[in-house]
Amino acid sequence: MIWFVTKRFVQAILVLVVVALIAFAMFRYLGDPVNMMVGIETSIEQRDKLREQLGLNDSVVVQFGRFLERAARFEFGISYQHRKAVSALIAQRLPATLELSLVSVILALAVGIPMGVYTALRRDGLLARIFMTVSLIGVSLPTFLIGILLILFFGVILQWLPTFGRGEVVNIGGWTTGLLTPSGLQALILPAITLAIFQMTLVVRLIRAEMLEVLRTDYIKFCRARGLRTRSIHFRHALKNTLVPVITIVGLQLGTVIAFAIITETVFQWPGMGLLFIQAVTTVDIPIMAAYLMLIATFFVIINLIVDMLYFAVDPRLRVQS
Amino acid sequence: MNAPDEAGIDNEAARRPAGLLARLDEHDMFWSFRHSPLVMLAALVTLVMVVSSLGAPVIAPYNPFDMASISLLDSLLPPVWIDEGTWSYPLGTDNQGRDMLSTILYGSRISILVGFASVAFAMVLGIVLGLVAGYTGGWLDAFLTRIADIQLSFPAILIALLIDGVARAAFGGEIGEDRTAFGVLILAIGLSFWVQYARTVRGSVFVEKHKEYVQAAQVIGLPPFLIVFRHILPNVMGPVLVIATIQLALAIITEATLSFLGVGVPPTSPSLGTLIRIGNDFLFSGEWWITVFPGVALVLLVLSVNLLGDWLRDILNPKLK
Amino acid sequence: MTASTRQITPVLEVRGLTVEFPSRRGLVTAARDVNLAVAAGEILGVVGESGAGKSTIGNAVMGLLDPPGHISAGEVLLEGERIDTLGAQAMRRIRGRRVAMIFQDPLTSLDPLQTVGDQIVETIVTHLDMSEPKARSRAVELLGQVGIPAPETRVDQYPHQFSGGMRQRVVIALSLCAEPDVIIADEPTTALDVSIQAQILSLLRRLVRDHGVGMILITHDMGVIADVTDRVTVMYRGRVVEEGPTRKILGDPDHTYTRSLISAVPRPDRRFDRFPLVEYIEAASSATRKIDIRTHWLGRVRDFGPAREGGGPLLEARGLRLRFSTRWSLMPSKRRYVQAVDDVAFEIAPGEVFGLVGESGSGKSTIARIVTGLYRPQAGSVLFAGQDLTALGSRRAVNRYRRQMQMIFQDPFSSLNPRMRVRDIVAEPIRFHRLTEAQSETRGIVDDLLEHVGLGESAGKKYPHEFSGGQRQRISIARALATRPRFLICDEPTSALDVSIQAQILNLLKDLQEELGLTMLFISHDLPVIRQMCDRVAVMREGKIVETAPTERLFDTPQHEYSRHLLDLMPRLDIVKRSPDVAPA
Repeated sequence: MIWFVTKRFVQAILVLVVVALIAFAMFRYLGDPVNMMVGIETSIEQRDKLREQLGLNDSVVVQFGRFLERAARFEFGISYQHRKAVSALIAQRLPATLELSLVSVILALAVGIPMGVYTALRRDGLLARIFMTVSLIGVSLPTFLIGILLILFFGVILQWLPTFGRGEVVNIGGWTTGLLTPSGLQALILPAITLAIFQMTLVVRLIRAEMLEVLRTDYIKFCRARGLRTRSIHFRHALKNTLVPVITIVGLQLGTVIAFAIITETVFQWPGMGLLFIQAVTTVDIPIMAAYLMLIATFFVIINLIVDMLYFAVDPRLRVQS
Repeated sequence: MNAPDEAGIDNEAARRPAGLLARLDEHDMFWSFRHSPLVMLAALVTLVMVVSSLGAPVIAPYNPFDMASISLLDSLLPPVWIDEGTWSYPLGTDNQGRDMLSTILYGSRISILVGFASVAFAMVLGIVLGLVAGYTGGWLDAFLTRIADIQLSFPAILIALLIDGVARAAFGGEIGEDRTAFGVLILAIGLSFWVQYARTVRGSVFVEKHKEYVQAAQVIGLPPFLIVFRHILPNVMGPVLVIATIQLALAIITEATLSFLGVGVPPTSPSLGTLIRIGNDFLFSGEWWITVFPGVALVLLVLSVNLLGDWLRDILNPKLK
Repeated sequence: MTASTRQITPVLEVRGLTVEFPSRRGLVTAARDVNLAVAAGEILGVVGESGAGKSTIGNAVMGLLDPPGHISAGEVLLEGERIDTLGAQAMRRIRGRRVAMIFQDPLTSLDPLQTVGDQIVETIVTHLDMSEPKARSRAVELLGQVGIPAPETRVDQYPHQFSGGMRQRVVIALSLCAEPDVIIADEPTTALDVSIQAQILSLLRRLVRDHGVGMILITHDMGVIADVTDRVTVMYRGRVVEEGPTRKILGDPDHTYTRSLISAVPRPDRRFDRFPLVEYIEAASSATRKIDIRTHWLGRVRDFGPAREGGGPLLEARGLRLRFSTRWSLMPSKRRYVQAVDDVAFEIAPGEVFGLVGESGSGKSTIARIVTGLYRPQAGSVLFAGQDLTALGSRRAVNRYRRQMQMIFQDPFSSLNPRMRVRDIVAEPIRFHRLTEAQSETRGIVDDLLEHVGLGESAGKKYPHEFSGGQRQRISIARALATRPRFLICDEPTSALDVSIQAQILNLLKDLQEELGLTMLFISHDLPVIRQMCDRVAVMREGKIVETAPTERLFDTPQHEYSRHLLDLMPRLDIVKRSPDVAPA
């Protein structure tokens, strides 16, 4: 167990270093950082001074080491566009994205898992077929289009719900939350649904496929031959075995949601990291891109670690040596 | 264990009339195609959309890029069934007075071409790397698998955005020329999709290479190159075909998304995603058709391709039989 | 019903059962008008080859037919009451409680995420009015009954912590949970090694006697039938062809199918020149023309190696060793290996058929793969016609020898590339080694080869999936012959086939060996097959050869203890023996 965790941990660190290398290369070699930071009127001497200050004249290895060391403290310098510290910009935007993502994942799982189980158990039922058709439409609808259609319908035509922004937020120790005000909750509805629909359809299809696979196994047939109750066969034996591989996917989904938030945030002008990032891409604001990349990578690595632990807890074949 | 044996087939009932359709019906794939109306419809829609968009210069009533033919006086006209609509522009016009039907046809053309090109790129790259990794194994396999694992944990859209961003920075902020922009876009989408093929092919190769027909080829003395391409490749193409279909839909969505975010195709050659982005600005002022029609075209296309992909997967999955 | 003597009323009776599977290619009748009955304390064997409908009967009785399969006629009676018409709920209460079932593969029959004890307790509590603690102590007791040592601790273990044989014991314990009246065992020992098979069979025998249950034992293996059953029902293509006491059916069968089936089973006690072929067996045109090696293409220049035919062996293996890594670790002390081949040496004279026999995992197949060059040994060498193959460098040089050495594989369903036409499969080696001048010549040779293995020229146009297992094995043989080999390696060539098909393929191999003067390395786990095919035999165990002897001498006077043990486990059809209950290992 300890060996397993250490191994995974080392792997995680390695992944982060590789991503850091990419981020560093982007920062250092895409365009000249100095030219990006200063205006046209800055003199050559001033530029050289800045270059010296930034340590750009040191050897690459030293620079990368410094980059790593600062990245560990989450310092990525000054945004070219906003002229503010990147870490402050991201910290300010992080709560919005995390709240949106978390609500979406919960929504996607809470609706997706029961739907997936249902479609697997009643494979040929009418409702199951309807679910499957809906899920197919779901995967065929681009997230931004879902958002636009929801805005058109609930925002423009019915005028029920707000279509942009976060509404009123409450600041709790630096963390701004929209979950505690009525307008904040209202503003969350459309973006959360938009972000959840695509994930939800994926979850439905995945659970269904996995469960159908499990239902075909010999041990389920043996359960039936022993006369166990259908409920027990479906939920105690089949569902449990289905969830083992699903854990991984759900973990990855959580990461995917954070990235997909970019689109949702753009459509709804949601003031999160995604919006910041997409603006950074269009304006080539490299420090923000690098920081975002590192942050997302960290999220993924942590999620993956948790998933591995969960696997360990759920599957006795990993836990107990034969 | 429950599978009945073919030996027991009632020969009278199994005898079929001759004829082309009947003979084609003997192939399970064709039979299943003919017996699922939805799949046939999807195939028809896909075919019509591909043909009409590729033939856009011939079919479209106007050339939306020909400045001479568009008039600002005709801008923001609604579709024909709403007051003020005219048969000259059956689906209405956009803010610059371009015919929506024509822009959609031209836009689908770009979406479909970018989709096909990036899938083809991802497929070739993925298949080759998957074959090599799967057949040789060892450190090369470990290395490729590790890269694939890392990349797979990042969503395709993010990878594509990053590649696009990097390219943008490398080209100095603005990607001016059309051809470069398309190249970057196809590269970005393709590079974010290759992993799926590589993993699937690698997995299949692992299964296939332990099968005895591969060992038989080795015993005959065939070199690895021939074994991989003549024996293994044809046997792993089934799942690749399924992925390619599903990814074509995904690639079209990804392109549309990137274009919607403003980092996709150049504004001078708008794709469906660009059109939706433009229309989005007019959503609140009531000119919904500028967004909705390109959106409908996009969904129809993607849905049809997805339906075909789903059907292919079920057909080619031996476990479901 | 035939004249079987049955004094007591049967616990389970199947009358006129017909099972149909509608499909779009027509109606498949998997079982037609089947009658059988089993009494308490009795084992009824149901025997037949693949496609006979044996498993369908078991599933139909249990109400577990996969849709759209259904019972279209007949009835199933449990102690005189019909159960085939019961509703889903009532049927569920019968399954496990009154009729239990044991499946073939113990490795996949248990839920991997639950302890063995939890699975037993759930089954007990579902059917019997018993509290969980009591059910648990009963679970321990049951595990003890089926011969699992230290049941108190093993009850809390997960399935993956048990070996294959032990898992089958757990499956048996699960079937006994609610003291059923009837147990249907569907090929319960097919997935197990012979020595484990013998233990499980004697366990079943003992449990039937002690608990007074009736057992239907479904199997393809005549040896199993002879070993444990009281009566036998013989099935062929969905119908019962014969039924009666085991002694009578095996000793004096009435039906021609039964006779042909029994005669196709390789005899362990005598060597025959050929297997007598009887009708009822899958049609295959046997080659009409004999091959005259002096004039035939197959006999033409075989460019033998320089050191040819000096009276020495054609193939010689010296000190072969190969180990596989089972767990790799950074720390060498933590790495685990399995020694697949451990200092193996043997010689095969020209024209000789040399056998390798042993249980699964003994290293037989690994040796075949070392000899053909698929694996590289870590030590030792393989000499072919005096030339050390392991010392050859270039692919060109290796290919010159490799062409003379071909292999026939075990699994007819994976040994042919499903995407190639049979003609191209057979022609590939000819084309690759450029053995002919023109395409037309290649085609003629391919047709001729297909004809000789009993398939006919028309086979060439088809794809492998259009053929049965036996026919595919013939294609494999044609492909192996296409390089004009002198040396043929047969790796369990018939173990995936039904006995009647096995008899045909073995006959074909014998004919070809004689006509072409082939030298063979023949690998099998099946001692009777070895006896029929080989001149000399080596017995393998855990990577080592424990004994090498001429076949007749090995069977008459085995020297090594392990050889004797294997010979003891051989099923004998002529005497219906009752082995004493073997204590679990």
